[in-house]
Amino acid sequence: MLEARAAGFAKRSLKNDAKLAAIDLAIRCIDLTTLEGRDSPGRIRSLCAKAVSPAPGAPQVAAVCVYPNLVAVAKDALAGTEVKVASVATAFPSGLSSLEVKLRDTEAALDSGADEIDMVIDRGAFLAGDEATVFAEIAAVKKLCGTVHLKAILETGELGSYDATRRASDLALAAGADVIKTSTGKIGTSATPATALVMAEAIRDFERRTGERRGLKVAGGVRNTKAAIGYLVLLDETLGSAWLSPDLFRIGASALLDDLLMQREKLATGRYGSLDYIAKD
Amino acid sequence: MALAYAPSLETTPVRIAAVYDHFIGGRWVPSSDGRTFATINPATEEELAQVAVGTREDIDRAVAAARDAYENVWRAMRPAERAKYLYRIARALTERSRELAVLETKDGGKPIKESRDFDVVQAAAHFFYYAGWADKLQYAIRGITDPAPVGVVGSIVPWNFPLLMAAWKIAPALACGNTVVLKPAETTPLTALLLAQICEEAGLPPGVVNVVTGDGTTGAALVVHPGVDKIAFTGSTEVGKIIKKSAAGTRKHLTLELGGKAANIVFADAPLDQAIEGVVNGIYFNQGHVCCAGSRLLVQESIHDDVVERLAERIETLRVGDPLDKNTDIGAINSPAQHAKIAELLESGVAEGAVLHQQACALPGRGYFHRASFFTGVSQSHRIAREEIFGPVLAIMTFRTADEAIEKANNTPYGLSAGVWTDKGAKSMYVAQRLRAGVVWCSTFNQFDPSSPFGGYRESGFGREGGVAGLRPYLSVPAGPAE
Repeated sequence: MLEARAAGFAKRSLKNDAKLAAIDLAIRCIDLTTLEGRDSPGRIRSLCAKAVSPAPGAPQVAAVCVYPNLVAVAKDALAGTEVKVASVATAFPSGLSSLEVKLRDTEAALDSGADEIDMVIDRGAFLAGDEATVFAEIAAVKKLCGTVHLKAILETGELGSYDATRRASDLALAAGADVIKTSTGKIGTSATPATALVMAEAIRDFERRTGERRGLKVAGGVRNTKAAIGYLVLLDETLGSAWLSPDLFRIGASALLDDLLMQREKLATGRYGSLDYIAKD
Repeated sequence: MALAYAPSLETTPVRIAAVYDHFIGGRWVPSSDGRTFATINPATEEELAQVAVGTREDIDRAVAAARDAYENVWRAMRPAERAKYLYRIARALTERSRELAVLETKDGGKPIKESRDFDVVQAAAHFFYYAGWADKLQYAIRGITDPAPVGVVGSIVPWNFPLLMAAWKIAPALACGNTVVLKPAETTPLTALLLAQICEEAGLPPGVVNVVTGDGTTGAALVVHPGVDKIAFTGSTEVGKIIKKSAAGTRKHLTLELGGKAANIVFADAPLDQAIEGVVNGIYFNQGHVCCAGSRLLVQESIHDDVVERLAERIETLRVGDPLDKNTDIGAINSPAQHAKIAELLESGVAEGAVLHQQACALPGRGYFHRASFFTGVSQSHRIAREEIFGPVLAIMTFRTADEAIEKANNTPYGLSAGVWTDKGAKSMYVAQRLRAGVVWCSTFNQFDPSSPFGGYRESGFGREGGVAGLRPYLSVPAGPAE
């Protein structure tokens, strides 16, 4: 039933003005991401330029997402703009280092000026049944973050079932994560509508219980505009229109931005563009 | 901002003739008295076409044509040859699926996404499935290596799944070597007539499938016709009883697939959001015009308020509107008569003291529509809990224990289907075994497959459609030692 419901969201039809508004919203919700071993300051500067100005007339993205070592370069490149710098931390992507190391990793990113932290939960501990450790680690990182927004990556592709995703979501929200995030993007399975739906349900029930609104980030596997709009529909029909904002929703992506820009161009001019006309950054 | 969905209309053009004749003996023939009647689009109230009224003479001709084809062509045909026709029809259904879906939606009112993704898909699947059985009938019934067909089958199908029910009737009948006279429902003749065209184009020998359109009198003429060896009926329990009475004392074989008042049972340990999806699908799919609809929700008392709250929120996202719009979740009610019947039962629910909840959407300015509705504060004795509403109206009641749920679920003269929602496997098995229903869905609902037998107990009818069991009514087995 979950998968059937999730599959239905991408079938809703948005056209013309509504579609343009949705595309612009999707762009404004992107965390433009580069997490490669070969990332260099030059690469980061190029990414940040695209983040600020994806195409003439297009809105800015919400944030860039980079490794801790490159936070300072990103901050510098984005100075004076509204685009935030999110940093992965806590021994991303595996999370299999000591808590001490993971906290130092987080601190380094914060000291460099990160506006947001994307941490990974300890999946090994979770699957071994040690939820107390998973909870404690998230709480410790949040304490370090203070008012800096913390995203907790559940790595749903490793958890094994939708039930486990729901359990991990509830845990992360209770431990203080501001946003729960699907994936690191580093393993085969990333965000899917069904896992996003499970997580959205957890967020909805959390609000019902506590009155607090937490966010959702889908990362990896969101390949095109249709999929992105499908997630917006999922949010609207599950959580309500308050979540249709970069404050509560993010898409971790890189190539998606290009497809959104092409669709944007199609709506504006009536003709499909080509990737040749879109700057590669 | 909120997301504003735009209409996404299915625009595949479908040619609808001004007038349709019957399809008898491989030819298109008008009614013997030349009369026709209108079939309308319930979403727009506009006339789609004029369709021939089936008279006694028309039925006579059709049965004679079916008999002729049976004796001289079909029963003696090599089974593998019969199968080829069925595969050809199945293939045509797939190739013309969009056209069939649009026609089904226009004539009956169901959302295009259902006719496209469910009705036509399943109809083709039934033909593919039974085509495969045509040359393997010696394995269909244990101990019987050479089963014979029954003869001429009179099939009467309803308006809720017009094409699909026609497929459910025709495919197994033909696979077993029978010939068919099909009487589609009065308000939804068009896809049956297109199916007849498909049979014609597939080169099906004349008289193997005949379609006689008309109303209740046409159906009655078919049921009492002495030249018919078997009646297959899907429709209301009320009419089913009339048919059974008329068949008594004759040698006609009979299968009936009638109404239901299925219980969807949700335990506190069910995954609630998914149970809600199952409940919503169970009662609002096809506007609730479903014999196996989960029209009663039995919810464990401890989670009643939570479930009602979630359900109320969820139905606000259901879109009622133009059935040809791909966004539409709930289409038009099939006819003004059915619309009035649902309205009457909604009133009775309120009058008897239940509390009505409905989604807050606007309804189209024309056409027959009802909002997704549910009642709380329902007791077993209320009409809305006992009578089949056949509309998007759910009756919610509580229970405390599994045994109480089973008792309440079985407390109905019907017995077609049921749903059980719990994460505990042992409980799922325990409850499923004790529910008196032909189909029990566990943590899901409305799952169908041509290989899976479907049918009910008691006043939901008898006989099964689908699977090996679905062949049985179309085969004639000599009486003898135990099978």
